[in-house]
Amino acid sequence: MTELPGLKKTALHAAHVALGARMVDFGGWDMPVQYSAITDEHQAVRQAVGLFDVSHMGTFAVSGPESLDWLESMVPNRVSGLKLKQALYTQILNQAGGTLDDLLIYRLAESEFQIVVNASNREKDWNWFLGHLPKDGVVLENRSAQSCILALQGPKAVSLLARLLPKAGLKELPTFYLTQTEELGYPLLLARTGYTGEDGFEIFVHPEQAPTLWNQLLSAGQGEGIRPCGLGARDTLRLESAMALYGHELDEQTSPLEAGLGWSVKLDKPQDFLGKAALQTQKDQGLSKKRLGFKLAGTRRAPRQGYTLWLGEQEVGVVTSGSLSPTLGVPIGLALVTPEAYAQAADLEMDLRGQRMSIEPSNLPFYRRSL
Amino acid sequence: MSEYYYTSSHECFVLEGNQATVSITPYAVDQLGEITFVQLPDVGRELSKGESFGEIESVKTVSELYAPLSGKVLAINVDLDAQPEKVNEDPQLLGWMLKLELSKPEEVAQCMDAAGYQGYLEGLA
Repeated sequence: MTELPGLKKTALHAAHVALGARMVDFGGWDMPVQYSAITDEHQAVRQAVGLFDVSHMGTFAVSGPESLDWLESMVPNRVSGLKLKQALYTQILNQAGGTLDDLLIYRLAESEFQIVVNASNREKDWNWFLGHLPKDGVVLENRSAQSCILALQGPKAVSLLARLLPKAGLKELPTFYLTQTEELGYPLLLARTGYTGEDGFEIFVHPEQAPTLWNQLLSAGQGEGIRPCGLGARDTLRLESAMALYGHELDEQTSPLEAGLGWSVKLDKPQDFLGKAALQTQKDQGLSKKRLGFKLAGTRRAPRQGYTLWLGEQEVGVVTSGSLSPTLGVPIGLALVTPEAYAQAADLEMDLRGQRMSIEPSNLPFYRRSL
Repeated sequence: MSEYYYTSSHECFVLEGNQATVSITPYAVDQLGEITFVQLPDVGRELSKGESFGEIESVKTVSELYAPLSGKVLAINVDLDAQPEKVNEDPQLLGWMLKLELSKPEEVAQCMDAAGYQGYLEGLA
C-alpha cells in the first residue's frame, strides 16, 4: 500500500473545517487538534460526552481457517482467549522485543478478525503483516479506505447512543465487546472501547455514511452537552488514564514490559510469537527501564517528552509524555527510568529547560472514573 | 489606535516615545491554545534583539519568547503569573508582557508593520 504525498484527509474533514476546528498535521493526516479549547473538550468527555474522529487509524481484516493461529504467532497477547465479538489490546514486536505498534484485535466471527492500528504506523504495520503472511489459510485485507471510526466517549455516551439505536442492546454490552447493526439503514460496528478512560463506544462506519452519522450524533447529543473533540483532548484524556501513546511510551526500542504493559503480554501461552525470546530474556534478567508516573508540585509548568530525569548528578531517565492535567489541575508525566531510579523515585529531579524540579511519584492511572 | 510592529517569531509591540510595550500576536496565541504559564525576565535586565526573554507554555506545548528590540526591561506584567489566561483573552492589551526602554531605536525599522505581518502569515499558510 503506497500512500500519496501531501496531507491525507478523512471523510469528516469538511465537517471539522465547518465546525471551525484548528487542523494540524498528525502523522501525515490533516486532523482537528481542537474545536474550542482543549480543556473544555476534555471536561466534556469527563462530565458528559465528546465525539472524536479517529478515522486516520488503519483497519485491516483477517480471515481464513488459519487466521487465529497466525494472529497468535504475531502478537504477545492471547488471541485464542477471545470470545466472539470481543476485543483485545496487544502489540506487534520486532525480534529484539521492541514495539512496532500497539493495536486492537476484534474477533468478528470464529475465523474473522479486524485489526485497528495507529495512523502513523499504517503502512509499516501493513507491510509487516503482509511480510509474515503464510502461503495459504489466511486472507489479509486493508479496509482502511472503507472504514471511518468515530469515538463517542463520556459518562453520557452509552445512553445517547442507545437512544439512537434502541434495538442494539448497547447498555447491556460489556466493556471490550462489540455488536453490529443496520438499525440506521447502513452497517455499523459498535465496540465498547475507547482511549479516554471513560465509558463509550468506537463506531466503525463506511466513509459515505460517516458525515451523516457525525452530524446526527452531534444533534442528538445537544441535550447532554456533547462537544466535538480534537486530538489535543484525546491526548490529555489518555494521559490522565495512563494509556500508552505510540511514539511516546512505546517505540521500536521499548518493549511492552518496559512500558508497563506486562498485563497484555502472555509469555505462558503455548504458541511462540514474534519477539517472545527477547521478552523472555527481559523478564528473566530484569528490565533495563521501567515506566514511572509522577506529578510536579508548586508549578503549572508541564513535563514534556524528552525532558531528562536525574538522581543526583546521574541522568537516569526521560519523560515520554506530560501535561498540565485538566482534571487534577497539576502537572503530570510519564517517564522511562532505570530500575535503580525507579526504586528511589521520590529522590528524582526533572530538568525543566535548565531548572531542576523535584518530582512526586504517582500511582497510575492518574485518573480513574468512578463506577 | 496605536500602530503595532511585528516580528517573524510572532512578538509584537507598540511604541510610546522611547518605550515599547511587548506582547505576542493573536496568531501566536491561536497557535498555542490555552496558555498555562508565562515566564518573564527580571525588571532591569538588558535584552538584545532576538534574545530569549522568557518562555510560554500552553496545554499542548512550550515556546521561547524573543525580544523584538534591544533595550532595558522597565516593567513586566506580574498579573500573568497568577492569570496566564489573560494572554488568551486579550493578547495585546491585558496580556502584555514587557515594557522596554529602547537602546537601539533604529531596530524598529527592521520590524514588519500590520500589512507586512499579514502578508507574512499568508505565506505561512
